[in-house]
Amino acid sequence: MTTPPLLDVEGLHVRYPVSRDVFGRPTGHVSAVDGVDFTLENGETLGLVGESGCGKSTLGRAVVALEPAAEGTVRFRGYDFARLSDDELKQQRRFGQFIFQNPRTSFDPRRSVGASVRMALDIQRLFRPRERDEAVAEIFRKVGLGPEHRARYPHELSGGQLQRIGIARALVLQPQLIVCDEPVSALDVSVQAQILNLLKDLRGEFDLALLFVSHNLAVVEYIADRVAVMYYGRIVEITSRRRLFDNPLHPYTHALLESVPSMDLAHRDDPAPKLGDPPDPTHLPSGCRFRNRCPRAFDLCREADPETVEVEPGHAVACWAVRGVDRARARETSATITKTEETT
Amino acid sequence: MVTTTHDDRHGTAGSADDLLAIRGLRTEFGTGDRTVRAVRGVDLSIARGEILGLVGESGSGKSVLASSILRLIRPPGRIAAGEIVFDGRDVLAMNTRTLSRWRGRDIGIVFQQPQGCLNPVRRIGWQVAEPLRLKKGLGRRAAWDEAVQLLRSVGIPSPESKARAYPHQVSGGQAQRVMIAIALALRPKLLIADEPTTALDVTIQAQILELLRDSCRTHGTSLLFVTHDLGVIAKLADRVAVMYAGNIVETGSVGGILESPRHPYTRGLMDAAPRLRSSEGERLRDIPGSIPNLARPIPGCPFAPRCGLRKELELDRCDREMPPFVQSAERHAVRCWGLPEMRTANRTNAAAPEREIVR
Amino acid sequence: MTVAGFDEEITVIPRWRRIGGHMLQSRAACVGATILLILFVLALFAPWIAPYDPFKIDPIHRLAAPSAAHWIGTDEVGRDLASRIIYGTRYFLLICLVTAAISSSIGTLLGLLAGAGSPLVDGVIMRFIDILLAFPYILMVLVVVAVAGPSLWTGMVAVGIAGIPGYARLVRSTVLTVRQEDYVTVARALGASRREILFGTILPNVLSPLIVYLAFATPLSALIASALSFVGLGAQPPAPEWGAMLVNSRTYLFSAWWAVAAPGLALCISIFGMNILGNGLRDVLDPRNA
Repeated sequence: MTTPPLLDVEGLHVRYPVSRDVFGRPTGHVSAVDGVDFTLENGETLGLVGESGCGKSTLGRAVVALEPAAEGTVRFRGYDFARLSDDELKQQRRFGQFIFQNPRTSFDPRRSVGASVRMALDIQRLFRPRERDEAVAEIFRKVGLGPEHRARYPHELSGGQLQRIGIARALVLQPQLIVCDEPVSALDVSVQAQILNLLKDLRGEFDLALLFVSHNLAVVEYIADRVAVMYYGRIVEITSRRRLFDNPLHPYTHALLESVPSMDLAHRDDPAPKLGDPPDPTHLPSGCRFRNRCPRAFDLCREADPETVEVEPGHAVACWAVRGVDRARARETSATITKTEETT
Repeated sequence: MVTTTHDDRHGTAGSADDLLAIRGLRTEFGTGDRTVRAVRGVDLSIARGEILGLVGESGSGKSVLASSILRLIRPPGRIAAGEIVFDGRDVLAMNTRTLSRWRGRDIGIVFQQPQGCLNPVRRIGWQVAEPLRLKKGLGRRAAWDEAVQLLRSVGIPSPESKARAYPHQVSGGQAQRVMIAIALALRPKLLIADEPTTALDVTIQAQILELLRDSCRTHGTSLLFVTHDLGVIAKLADRVAVMYAGNIVETGSVGGILESPRHPYTRGLMDAAPRLRSSEGERLRDIPGSIPNLARPIPGCPFAPRCGLRKELELDRCDREMPPFVQSAERHAVRCWGLPEMRTANRTNAAAPEREIVR
Repeated sequence: MTVAGFDEEITVIPRWRRIGGHMLQSRAACVGATILLILFVLALFAPWIAPYDPFKIDPIHRLAAPSAAHWIGTDEVGRDLASRIIYGTRYFLLICLVTAAISSSIGTLLGLLAGAGSPLVDGVIMRFIDILLAFPYILMVLVVVAVAGPSLWTGMVAVGIAGIPGYARLVRSTVLTVRQEDYVTVARALGASRREILFGTILPNVLSPLIVYLAFATPLSALIASALSFVGLGAQPPAPEWGAMLVNSRTYLFSAWWAVAAPGLALCISIFGMNILGNGLRDVLDPRNA
């Protein structure tokens, strides 16, 4: 029997209220994560790419219990978050940490950065109190900063230095998973490379699994072992890095890859993919959510929402055209189709 | 009229048919010992119809330079020295009235956040029509019709109905198209675009870049666009200027810069950016350290503290003296003491020969 | 391995000393703090500083003009005005303290509960605050005084209660803003409990706007309390409260202007001092103002 994966997400839905009544009770919702399944193994890095509003950040927050699941389960180290008591959840939080996009806002402006990192140890009661300062100094060294940086306040440090400390704060608890939410998007290219390399080194040294959320395909290709592409709440393609970049199947993945401006002048005059404008997230199209922008859409796409299924081992895609499903075959599987239609 | 071919032109010094020529520009913020010198003596020119990409990281002064050209620097900032000549007119000498007339008519601008630049309580059509009415003197009806035409030309679907929409009713990509329509409404000679696609999604970015390039090509508009992304440079620019810490360190044709970069900073930038479908297992070469404090005097080359070449060659001169621009190929100029042609000059410790040095 | 990120070393200064240093640089804060300090000294050492007993009636020297014997003259029953103004600082500061304590403590608590609690708790508290706000400020004060009878204490309590909504709304909106900050999410991700987050991370970031508001709202409360005394619903004569002093002397405005001007000016200067102190504090308490 195989050991269960570090992270196992099944049928996850996360919803945000969009309207409330006079006493603040929600009356309407938008689904930021709309039925997502995936697993993550120990030491593995999964890249999660997509454009703004696709729900990738919400998904990242949900897997470390920063957003409650409306439906479905998140199983982390074998524990179902929804079934844990407050104390048990606090224990599990130590093993699943989070790094933010903007290092400036992720530090309390009234605390020195050393105190911010120490707070992690205080909350989790890791090490004896008198050993904690030494542990903080040690982790500062690991991320390439001197112990003297501990006394600094966030506004005194550069974005790159703060992001190093953001990594230190996550790392000091010796977690097994770190969710990195666009960790280099706010940084300059030269500093971005420092942070990516640091993450790569530390990942090996600490045997970390990373869920790396980014809109930047090149960055994801650099760091991820596997990649999932999200589009309006759904993972539309998930496979190994090599296969995703060499042999993308979903039309949306194609469009994304073709849109990235290349430094290679040979591609200077390649036409931009004609995708049209993104839909309103509160009124997604019927059937496949990508169909109104999709060059391969046909009548079935309007009628039924394709599920994310394996089309070859280790390569799952949510697309009728890729699966080669025509209307007749779709009727045979009408049971699943009716089910998915109800959810849209 | 003086006709000079592009090949005669040096990398930085302008020639007579330049639309815009900047010389020795310095822009500062604040006073006393806290003065931040954001632009530290920049020479730059843009030819008619040329697309110039200004690339640099945060703190390089690229956006301040763009705002300086438009004289949009507000106190405590000021243009401390230099010269900006646009189409034969001295921009720094213009009075407020001439300046505001000039800004709308001869020069257009597109910013990073399109939604923030549009008036939230006015219909899009009127915002496009306004410059046509005010500066071109069109009547309401004629201005509206032309605004709809402009919206169509920037690729807004069903422009008749979208012209009646308010800014919050369109997506970010469409808002940027509207901004481009406004900027190009009066057919300016120069369009300045400051990170026009940074806030947009990658699929939208590709379309906006294409739109910018095609509109400028069609009307012969010069384009100065500011970006941190070398991929965007490759897509759009004819010529490139690389900025670091308030100085231009290298300038040349897009092919010259991207295919044979000579300044260690330009090379570093290219190595540091992850590329799609790069070879497996290749490690990104980061640039250690961070940008210098712009409130301090920088006697030598501002990149020296982070420069691998300076370290390798142990060039003390980099810390003491700013290198001059050296013409290294046609229309390609670099300022670096570490260049092979500069090293002889270093060794003899004499001033570099006049003919080699541009400025 | 240390990254060469800093080309200069910043000496680390303790936070309190940095704030102190800033206070000295902010002229407004300095003047305000000095005025407040003078008030405290006068209140504390009134018996030693005041030249006369503030209650001692001297019919012979009634409404005497300012002179060497009576620096700012005497009132309608011959009491020394200077002494009464000096003793009046005690009333002024007491009013400030009590009203500020009542409105800020209850208001902050309600604001914290509303901002950090469930949407239901928030809804209930804020509707209650809305109801409080729906009554005109003065009307509410008058109702409380009418119910409890006019005295200095009921006046202060009434003004204190009337000030609650302002604090509650300020604290709630600040909490709602701070709660959205990434560093609060960080605390959650680290496993901090709700209480630890509320008091360890959110509250310190609410304090600066709260202190600034305190400096602006308190003099206003003091002014209202004095106004209550003026209309006879607060401190009662012969107490040397500035508002009460104004009532008695107002009939002599044209014959003995000093008897009106002295308490009026005292009130003015004190309130001005606290207001500019608030202005200065607002700049000083921002940690980004390094």
